[in-house]
Amino acid sequence: MNTEAILSFEEAMEKYDPVLGFEVHVELNTKTKMFSSAPNVFGDEPNTNVNEVDLGMPGVLPVVNKTAVESSIKIGLALNCKIAESCRFARKNYFYPDTPKNFQTSQYDEPIAYDGYLDIELSDGTVFRVEIERAHMEEDAGKLTHMGGATGRIHGADFSLVDYNRAGVPLVEIVTKPIEGAGSRAPELAKAYVAAVREIVKNLGVSDAKMERGNVRCDANVSLRPHGRERFGIRSETKNVNSLRAVEHAVRYEIQRHAAVLDAGNPVVQETRHWHEDTRTTTSGRPKSDADDYRYFPEPDLVPVVASREWVEELRATLPEPPAARRKRLQADWGYSDLEFRDVVNAGVMDEIEETIAAGASASVARKWWMGEIVGRAKNADVDPGQLGVQPATIVELARMVEEGKINNKMATEVLDGVLAGEGTPAEIVEKRGLAVVSDDGPLLEAIDAALAAQPGVADKIRGGKVQAVGAIVGGVMKATRGQADAARVRELILEKLGVTA
Amino acid sequence: MTETNELIRLSAAKLAEKLAAGEVTSVEVTQAYLARIAEVDGGERGVNAFLHVNAEEALAVAAEVDAIRAAGGAEAEALHVLAGVPIAVKDLIVTIGQPTTAGSKILEGWHSPYDATVVERLRAAKMPILGKTNLDEFAMGSSTEHSAYGPTRNPWDLDRIPGGSGGGSAAAVAAFEAPLALGTDTGGSIRQPGAVTGTVGVKPTYGSVSRYGAIAMASSLDQIGPVTRTVMDSALLHQVIGGHDPRDSTSLPDPLADLVAAAKTGNVDGMRIGIIKELHGEGYQAGVENRFNESLELLKEAGAEIVEVSCPNFQYALGAYYLIMPSEASSNLAKFDGVRYGLRVLPEEGPMTIERVMGATRAAGFGDEVKRRIILGTYALSAGYYDAYYGSAQKVRTLVQRDFDAAFTVADVLISPTAPTTAFRLGEKLDDPLAMYLNDVATIPANLAGVPGLSLPGGLADEDGLPVGIQLLAPAREDARLYRVGAVLESLLEAKWGGPLLAQAPELAAAAAGPVDTLVGSQEAK
Repeated sequence: MNTEAILSFEEAMEKYDPVLGFEVHVELNTKTKMFSSAPNVFGDEPNTNVNEVDLGMPGVLPVVNKTAVESSIKIGLALNCKIAESCRFARKNYFYPDTPKNFQTSQYDEPIAYDGYLDIELSDGTVFRVEIERAHMEEDAGKLTHMGGATGRIHGADFSLVDYNRAGVPLVEIVTKPIEGAGSRAPELAKAYVAAVREIVKNLGVSDAKMERGNVRCDANVSLRPHGRERFGIRSETKNVNSLRAVEHAVRYEIQRHAAVLDAGNPVVQETRHWHEDTRTTTSGRPKSDADDYRYFPEPDLVPVVASREWVEELRATLPEPPAARRKRLQADWGYSDLEFRDVVNAGVMDEIEETIAAGASASVARKWWMGEIVGRAKNADVDPGQLGVQPATIVELARMVEEGKINNKMATEVLDGVLAGEGTPAEIVEKRGLAVVSDDGPLLEAIDAALAAQPGVADKIRGGKVQAVGAIVGGVMKATRGQADAARVRELILEKLGVTA
Repeated sequence: MTETNELIRLSAAKLAEKLAAGEVTSVEVTQAYLARIAEVDGGERGVNAFLHVNAEEALAVAAEVDAIRAAGGAEAEALHVLAGVPIAVKDLIVTIGQPTTAGSKILEGWHSPYDATVVERLRAAKMPILGKTNLDEFAMGSSTEHSAYGPTRNPWDLDRIPGGSGGGSAAAVAAFEAPLALGTDTGGSIRQPGAVTGTVGVKPTYGSVSRYGAIAMASSLDQIGPVTRTVMDSALLHQVIGGHDPRDSTSLPDPLADLVAAAKTGNVDGMRIGIIKELHGEGYQAGVENRFNESLELLKEAGAEIVEVSCPNFQYALGAYYLIMPSEASSNLAKFDGVRYGLRVLPEEGPMTIERVMGATRAAGFGDEVKRRIILGTYALSAGYYDAYYGSAQKVRTLVQRDFDAAFTVADVLISPTAPTTAFRLGEKLDDPLAMYLNDVATIPANLAGVPGLSLPGGLADEDGLPVGIQLLAPAREDARLYRVGAVLESLLEAKWGGPLLAQAPELAAAAAGPVDTLVGSQEAK
């Protein structure tokens, strides 16, 4: 389908300097909608969470949701923005059936938050400052489903279905200033920026922050200019890039595509682009000119939103620790190396490890279980690690049983599987499955003799001082005892028998 | 019949007294009005004030009130003073159980799933709703000729306009088809019809009556208000519908002063009444000017101090109004697109795209005046024109507000003729929108500034024998002053006339044609 030429990323970088810009829409998790008392709930039957206001019935009037304003101020503060003392809503006029009034009530020239920044930590620890132009409040549109066409887009569709449940859901749109100087790290920065915004709004508790549900949606603007030139190139805007990975890929792809267009001596078309996850490419959307005329004017049905300084300071006092500071604190508390900690963050189990430690596990035990066992199982099950339902107390109990020598690590993982399968508590599973470390040395010594006899060469090496070779004999014993032996005790017995001190 | 004839001519306040005293029942009153509507409203030469008559529900509410009164006790004690007094509602205000058309084909047959706040308050006061009254389409006009359901006729002269946009409400009250009605006033739509039909109309302070459920023309100008035959009746009705509403963000948080008490004050001692230099004289019909001067004399005799004030920016008010109002209207009316409710028209040929369905629906559903204003407003808001048009108009608006502020430092109440002329003939100004717009020149400044205005009958013009309206204006939230001065002036004038002005209106002949519920726009609920 997509036949557009692209340059290799490396070649694009040699020739051009990318400039990025992001518009991130955050759906707030308020109980009711931005301007109506209808519930703000995801996933219900279409057109059930609507009232006359959401449907744009004749005569209705909007009323601003105070909680949404609070959430917006919190987001503004977390993004180091200034908060407007007074700001207005405006009407953005355009005819489209997902917008019941045929205008969207949004903020135009008076955003509630403006002039902020966010420091983004890249994978190697470099900190890159992204300037925030504004964060403004608006309402979401309904959801259109185009039926009968091959593409799922409006062109070629036989008809479209509209679900107004989403119409009027409160949104905060966070707009960056042009981001210059990211160079070849632009795709990585793009992903890290959106991840940081998502983490902030999740941390603030103002959004469910699930990208797969559209709680956080990103429009990525990309333009290229030759190295050394100040003036920006013409940008494209890739709409609704709805996963972190996709943000990185989309920016990367657009850089490569723009480079090819420019290389061929053509102008980049200013337009929106659609992202295709399957092919990891974009296709042309609609032309977007800066002169699109939405006939904005101040919303006459609403009075200005006044955020008194007292109110703003009250809200500031309730803000949770910023994510970056929290990460720094946790890493120091836990004593993880930079690499270990980054892996934890990337695996998305920082909260879980914190809870496990709070439940009584040591930092290293918590990391071992989450990173060594649970993350892998989650990946196989294609869910977030936190969604597997492993309780911190379970890990603490498993770790204690291992420490007390009741079971060994191998058994413990077996118990974990039992817990995940819903067979009961770790203690019940140990009991039910008859798992216990063999602690009588008699059967062990028999097995050790057999293992040494089976690998005489190895035994000689150990006698000769190569203590690390003992692993092979331990392995043989563990195999013979079907994993029920205490590996540490087995090792002791072997070395004892061979007269070697570890 | 004579008894019925007397009953329908009583003021709402008098009806309320009789109901409370058990001299008459609400069912009797409601039936009398329904009979009057059936008699004079329909047919070729009928008043055509009503688009829908709500007989069954009105009688049910009336019977409920009568039953409560008959039973006595706490519930009867708790009845609102206007309980059982019927009312008509402008068809721009949404009602459950009756169609709401806004005078437009685009809403033909539409039933609102919710009640306007003012309608909820009428229901809470147990006032039987007689029906929905005619208006210029989406309240756009000064003659009710722009209704998609035919013009309303002025009961003083059936060949003349009843004013607009609320000609239906004013004519219904003037023709004794209802004792009370609700109107909406964006640029004079309550006051100008009041003036030309010899009735009382009040545009309350912006934000003092909830707009929730009034189909918006221009959100920053629209206000619901009373249409009645006496100043006291307006005060009573204003108190029913006024007060804070959490569903309207522009609703004022605090209640107004007691308006009924203000209407009972009975004097204008020491009040400074300001004549607005720019709102009389040149361009005003001689008979209008005469009646205006007569009222000034009466007020002076009653002890008021008459002062002259100048509001130099009022000359730009009409121009600013005709930029702000269409701008807001163009956006407010965007929702009428055939997608969710109301009329849907499919294009006759070519592809069936959403844009084309919306276009065909709006082309067929809106009348010319509505289209004219949508086009004007769309243009005024367009990039490149916004500052010159909408932006400048907002500046004028601020200047008009300052003119009022200055005027109210030297006057407690301002006074002017409500309209420059008496009722013009049907069709006379239909092809000349500018001439039509000029009829609102005296009423528009109040809407731009959000201040309250009241129009009351000032007598009949010498040259044509038609009613002239006197307009009183007060500072925002000082609606009480209008009722105080209005009631005094009304009693002085009525003493002079020997009774209410409407007593001089010609007797209406019974309409030739059939019952009113066959009128266009009175479809049954689906």
